[in-house]
Amino acid sequence: MVKNFFSTRKGIITVGAVIGILAPLLQKLGNPGNMGICVACFGRDIAGGLGLHRADVVQYLRPEIIGFVLGSLAAALIFKDYRARTGSAPFVRFILGVFAMIGALVFLGCPWRALLRLSGGDWNAILGLAGLICGIWIGTLFLKNGYNLGRTQKTHFSAGLLMPLVMAGFLILMLIYPQVAQEPKSGVLFYSVKGPGASHAPLFIAIGSGLIIGFIAQRSRFCTMGAFRDLILFKQVHLLSGVIALIAAALVMNLILGQFHMGFEKQPVAHNLHIWNFIGMALAGLAFALAGGCPGRQIFLSGEGDGDAAVFVFGMITGSAFAHNFGLASSPAGLGPHGMAAVAAGFAACLFIGFTMRKTI
Amino acid sequence: MSTTIDARGLSCPQPVLMFMDATKSSADKEFIVLVDSDASMENVSRAAESKNCTVTVTRQADEYRLDIVRPL
Repeated sequence: MVKNFFSTRKGIITVGAVIGILAPLLQKLGNPGNMGICVACFGRDIAGGLGLHRADVVQYLRPEIIGFVLGSLAAALIFKDYRARTGSAPFVRFILGVFAMIGALVFLGCPWRALLRLSGGDWNAILGLAGLICGIWIGTLFLKNGYNLGRTQKTHFSAGLLMPLVMAGFLILMLIYPQVAQEPKSGVLFYSVKGPGASHAPLFIAIGSGLIIGFIAQRSRFCTMGAFRDLILFKQVHLLSGVIALIAAALVMNLILGQFHMGFEKQPVAHNLHIWNFIGMALAGLAFALAGGCPGRQIFLSGEGDGDAAVFVFGMITGSAFAHNFGLASSPAGLGPHGMAAVAAGFAACLFIGFTMRKTI
Repeated sequence: MSTTIDARGLSCPQPVLMFMDATKSSADKEFIVLVDSDASMENVSRAAESKNCTVTVTRQADEYRLDIVRPL
């Protein structure tokens, strides 16, 4: 059997480094500050681009996400790792996706962005990462006590293609209805004329980067949640070495590109409410741990045929719509008016899921 | 005697947790772990090798059988 290079230590370090190089480059080419890639923010932008929420500063069908799914599909098909499967508590995963997104939007970023914010000198990310690790640690306690969502079932080959087809459909919509300068709408799609949604790298560079990352991340199983979970549960540093490589590579890139600005204050698309940076990411970390993957990993899984991961991703997109429609998401000005209540509801939901969904297998 | 662990349909970290639990609860020297994804195959192999076990992987259609032998 041919050894999968990307599953080796060198492989996962390579993948972390590639993400750490490409993300700051995407920022240089137009993506928002310390947001070369953010799976949560980009999912939120996709929800805005589709009009699922109407926060006019965050509307754009991020091609990176489309590339992630299609790149993962390509890798899975080429290396015979594509398996159409579903049926492991999909609605639970949807709810976890909703609250994972709400927690991430209280902090303002997914784990990838937390790493990128840190490597850009945004020290608020330290609180977010500490919260993330705390949430994952709570998740490991449930895992040790028998928490699991049950087995998946094999399904039709074509069922696993639906997520990639949806993403291909989004790309086609972007080509049919491209952004028109200073116009908030093009055909059925919404675009931002200001704010983070208006900041984006050129479409084909964005999708190319997404395809590369999706391809190699599928092979390596790169997962930021898994990095900390495996460290806590098994004292394994395999996935963590990829995370460290990402931070190191992004730090070097940010220094080279002049994108490194140290401090807590005036960081791009960030606030410095330390407690809420911690608690928001703790909620997200717990939800990721209960769902079995960080948002990036869920997206790559959804590309290789995992229908449950696709449900989680759409839970996240829906969660971002709730977050902006209900005023749950934070902004650089601070918390949304109902952010605290949503975080409390999220913890209640996650604890309910963690305590009640145990079985002997 | 060997212990068989059927982790098919389960995603990480469940297969690894099941294998680790089995190594604690069973005195057997040999374990057979059945998984149905490359990620699970790699994760269980990595966990077993970190415990100095020898791992032999056989692909059977879309599934994997891992024959794991503990060191003496």
